[in-house]
Amino acid sequence: MDIKDFKFDLSLTPTDKMMLAEIADMVDTPDGAFNIRKNGEGVVRTSTENIEIRQKLDKPGIDIIIKPFTVAEKVHIPVIITESGVQETVYNDFFIGEGANVEIVAGCGIHNCGDGESKHDGIHTFHIGKNASVKYVEKHYGAGDGNGKRIMNPTTVVEMDEGSYCEMDMVQIKGVDSTYRKTEANLAKDAKIYVLERLMTHGKQEAKTDMVVNLNGEGSSAQIISRTVGKDDSVQVFYPNAVGNNACHAHVQCDSIIMDNAKISSIPAISANHPDAQVIHEAAIGKINSDQLVKLETFGMTEEEAEEIIIQGFLK
Amino acid sequence: MLELKNLSFKVDNEDGSGALHIIEGLDLTIDDGKFVVITGPNGGGKSTLAKLIMGIEQPTGGQILYNGRDITNMSITERANLGIGYAFQQPPRFKGLTVRSLLSLAAGKDLPEDECCTYLTKVGLCSMDYLNREVDNSLSGGEVKRIEIATLMARNLNLAIYDEPEAGIDLWSFTMLVDTFKTLAKNETNSVIIISHQERIMQLADEIIVLANGKVQTQGPKDEVFPKLLSEFGSFSRECNLRGEAK
Repeated sequence: MDIKDFKFDLSLTPTDKMMLAEIADMVDTPDGAFNIRKNGEGVVRTSTENIEIRQKLDKPGIDIIIKPFTVAEKVHIPVIITESGVQETVYNDFFIGEGANVEIVAGCGIHNCGDGESKHDGIHTFHIGKNASVKYVEKHYGAGDGNGKRIMNPTTVVEMDEGSYCEMDMVQIKGVDSTYRKTEANLAKDAKIYVLERLMTHGKQEAKTDMVVNLNGEGSSAQIISRTVGKDDSVQVFYPNAVGNNACHAHVQCDSIIMDNAKISSIPAISANHPDAQVIHEAAIGKINSDQLVKLETFGMTEEEAEEIIIQGFLK
Repeated sequence: MLELKNLSFKVDNEDGSGALHIIEGLDLTIDDGKFVVITGPNGGGKSTLAKLIMGIEQPTGGQILYNGRDITNMSITERANLGIGYAFQQPPRFKGLTVRSLLSLAAGKDLPEDECCTYLTKVGLCSMDYLNREVDNSLSGGEVKRIEIATLMARNLNLAIYDEPEAGIDLWSFTMLVDTFKTLAKNETNSVIIISHQERIMQLADEIIVLANGKVQTQGPKDEVFPKLLSEFGSFSRECNLRGEAK
């Protein structure tokens, strides 16, 4: 990726820039509001006419306030940790006004070259106003050759007003030693949520996900898709739970590719507390289909290349 | 030129009562630029033969020579890089891979949209509807099959093997497919092997091979073999057409 000079802060190191590109696709000063947090401190913050980013006074974190009917604006709020041993819990609250349509790019990168454990626990709460629409993209990435662990435990709570829409794309592809993700969504009438979680673990990594979607309002709907790949000796546990409390639709789909000595548990739960609730789950774990490998080998790829393509496609 | 010499493939019977010979001491030569149709009864060894040529199965005896070179112990990848390709009878599906990326992977380069469209049109698919669709369970069997055929067209192959390309394809698309194979048949440098029971595909052949019980029963020019098939089996082609979905 071609990384240009950020205009706003000359103190960013090449590692910082690499991480920002990796986790938030930031290769230049972004348009719109943004906040960059580095090693436990906010280093730069910019608000716009419609989007205000305000530092919390009682605890670490920020409030992101989006005016009603803001259209097609983006917010970037990446977090990077490059000092070994930094441990933090950060509270970010998003207030998305009625009828707004915005994209929020979060993401956390830990570059740990030391022996200390580096940890970022991000507690995100979304208040999505009536008929508002939000796309939330979150990437987690770890790098560095130290022995210190890279740990991320994100908690996300989404409160959705009538007719609102939320799309969440959460990715963790590389380098995070341990993660425990908790997500809760509460949907009012006609609210819709789409969650795509993509995860790859390798080495001795551990990843656990708890997700509860409460479909409280009539006509609400949820689609939850989890696609994961477990390699080496890594361990993954998923526990998605869709609860239909009204006339609603929910579909939970968990697909995993298992390789080497990895262990994967997928425990989808569905509950219906209303006669018109339709809640479905599908779950599958298996190794790469040998016909897929053979097919790509007949294109001239080696088995390793074919495997890579299949995984990339699966996690795309 | 493809030469199969005394080729054998056997598997052990599950009940331990000895070996089952799928291909037995088969000798066969296919010259460059030939359009060859292999036909014969179910269980006669046709698909196994195709897989042995591609390297998906390893022979238990004999030799495979391609342009004079012994490729018997070569991997699928090595054979693919020699310009050999194989279209599965039942192609696998890929979650997350779009039709366009699969065609690009087949071509070995990022294919421009118009080129992808050309290949898809050749197999009777309306390209704009398909380019960005994933090759997953959302596609029907016939659609996946036609995309499979398109992936072979996207490769610049010296030897293309199609395993029952007509299976699962509707009549309208089949007509278009026959036209496409007609164009392939006119190419005088590259060879095409099609396993088929379809009279209209056999009519395109330079040569027809009848494979039964793991052996070549008949091999010869279409004009010689096809009339014999018709007279030997009477309503051969009608039966075959009824058996296939492309009736």
